[in-house]
Amino acid sequence: MSLLISDLHATLEDGTEILKGVTLEIPAGEVHAIMGPNGSGKSTLSKVISGHEGYIVTGGTITMDGQDLLGMSVDERSRAGIFLAFQYPAEVPGVSNANFIRAALQSRLPKGEEIDAVAYYKNLYSKMDHLEMDRKFTARSVNEGFSGGEKKRNEILQMMMLEPKYSILDETDSGLDIDALKIVAKGVNAMRSPERGMLLITHYQRLLDYISPDHVHVMAGGKIVRSGGPELALELEKHGYDFLKEVELVPA
Amino acid sequence: MSYDASSTIDADTREAIDIDRSKGDFSFPERHKFDAGRGLTERTVDYISEVKGEPPWIREFRHKALKVFREKPMPTNWATKDLESIDFDVIRYYLSDGEKPKRSWDEVPPEVLETFERLGIPQQERAFLAGVEAQYDSEASYSNMKEELTKLGVIFVNSNEGLKEHEAIFRPWFGKVIPTGDNKFSALNSAVFSGGSFIYIPKGVKLKQPLQAYFRINSENFGQFERTLIIADEGAEVMYMEGCTAPKFETATLHSAVVELVALKGAKIQYVTVQNWSSNVFNLVTKRGLAMEDAEVRWIDCNIGSRLTMKYPGVIMKGERARGEVISIALANSGQHQDTGAKMIHAANNTTSNVVSKSISVGQGRSTYRGQVHIPKHLKGCKNNTECDALLINTKSRTDTYPAITVKGNQHATQHEASVSQVSEEMLFYMQQRGLNQGQAMSLAVNGFINDLVREFPMEYSVELKRLIDLEMEGSVG
Repeated sequence: MSLLISDLHATLEDGTEILKGVTLEIPAGEVHAIMGPNGSGKSTLSKVISGHEGYIVTGGTITMDGQDLLGMSVDERSRAGIFLAFQYPAEVPGVSNANFIRAALQSRLPKGEEIDAVAYYKNLYSKMDHLEMDRKFTARSVNEGFSGGEKKRNEILQMMMLEPKYSILDETDSGLDIDALKIVAKGVNAMRSPERGMLLITHYQRLLDYISPDHVHVMAGGKIVRSGGPELALELEKHGYDFLKEVELVPA
Repeated sequence: MSYDASSTIDADTREAIDIDRSKGDFSFPERHKFDAGRGLTERTVDYISEVKGEPPWIREFRHKALKVFREKPMPTNWATKDLESIDFDVIRYYLSDGEKPKRSWDEVPPEVLETFERLGIPQQERAFLAGVEAQYDSEASYSNMKEELTKLGVIFVNSNEGLKEHEAIFRPWFGKVIPTGDNKFSALNSAVFSGGSFIYIPKGVKLKQPLQAYFRINSENFGQFERTLIIADEGAEVMYMEGCTAPKFETATLHSAVVELVALKGAKIQYVTVQNWSSNVFNLVTKRGLAMEDAEVRWIDCNIGSRLTMKYPGVIMKGERARGEVISIALANSGQHQDTGAKMIHAANNTTSNVVSKSISVGQGRSTYRGQVHIPKHLKGCKNNTECDALLINTKSRTDTYPAITVKGNQHATQHEASVSQVSEEMLFYMQQRGLNQGQAMSLAVNGFINDLVREFPMEYSVELKRLIDLEMEGSVG
């Protein structure tokens, strides 16, 4: 049981290659972190796993528990169990958070089956309490006028409600103050389970102070250039990516 | 981004669409006792007037209108050239079975009953309506109102019965809010009108439940020309709701109504339309209300479907402190042009008008907003607020806004805001990443866009509206 990415190559529509052979396995039950400098392809990787149409996969495979994801549309992958917490979540004017999350849950039910509204709100409120979110939040339009911290919390709330098999969190820590970061980490930690795999994409070590990963990977130039345990993140923090460039990339 | 229908739609969605499209898309064989034949001449007008057994003053009114209709050019200098595709010589102007409207559904002919049952009208009547008129081609088949309203002196009949049996109330206002020569299609309607409602609400009577009319076209090449006049006497209140459908014929169908509202001192009239014409219908409608002192006229107008809709509901605020409002939603899918707007004529001091228009253009659909706000120099304390928002759902769709705000003098407050937005790829990706398919995602985006206006609709209609939008959006992907 794992999210398995093997020798993945992907380009932009204009042919520019962004992912140049990414290989990565995230077994269920583990939390992996990908770190790396800007432009290394981290966010692209998260979008390609989700099925974003702006990228063309030119080689390699992505499978989830043995199921091929590349042949599936964005929404099919979502319903199959892939969740992406966005770095910049879109705003959906006029659609309340409660209705949005409900529509997402509804899309997972067989045709003709309706969500039980009472149970839904009970579940929603308990998750919101966990993330210390105000009840008024349910009536607000999705991400519209939200602060950066509120948007990120909303992403975590959606993840908690949708209970995906594999979650990818794209720079969820960026733009958060320390209190918000702690709350987000609390949500993520609550979601850790032997059945669920997680991939944290981050620029900084500080998120990993609150969510300790099982494995850390370093991405640069569209590839995973180094993998290790949590100590790798500390090493990076100490030496920075320049150190990495010298060690790993100069030969290229 | 392009939405290629055939490739992305799944079988379930297609099935859902097919089922619903068939909801309005069916017709029964015609069994008309009275048929004015094709084309429009003096004889057509006489035929209609004779069949209806009308008094001479109406026949004369019709003949005058026919002349005006012939003299007036098509408004293609400002409106779409598509109007020229209407062939007035092949249209059938009057079709009826010669029966009086029935007071009980049991007496309505079986195929007519089945039609309205499939459209859910008798069910709605039982659930939440004070009265219903159901028009099938040229005449009402059913017309009934709760008994207690009759006792209060409320009149709710078809226009034919109105002009014959309530002439003293009907005649002074008929054709006064919208004169025959207002435009080519109001003249056409005045020449051949049939059906529609006449409503009178006596002084101080406030209807708690809405009255509803349903306009159904069953026959091909047919023109439906209903004529509605609603008079709310001093302090009276009424909500009137109108729904429309027609089957999808190969040839064009014409619907050209005239609706006049009169709100006397302190009265309130709300007129709600949810139209879902099939895409072969030319829907060219003139609607205007007159609001006297402290009176209020609100048009809540939702236009889905039709090949071309041209409709600019208006309010003439004739008494001090009168209020006028137009709230409209238009959805233009491929092959459709929604040319809608509002006219606000301030004719007294301290009058207030509000226009909120939201249009959605999908595929190759086209939306146009035309607004007119008129405040003359000699008045003071008038206010207008106009908001037009357009949502585009792909690059092929088109939206135009033509606001005309004529404000003379400086003792008024007007405000105009317009916006154009798109359902962006990033918004769609976000929603799809949460599990919604493309149709569901677009539908949610559209419902979000009009959400604040939908709240203005009566609950039963807002549910219907949401359902229609879901279907339109899923259909546009597929």
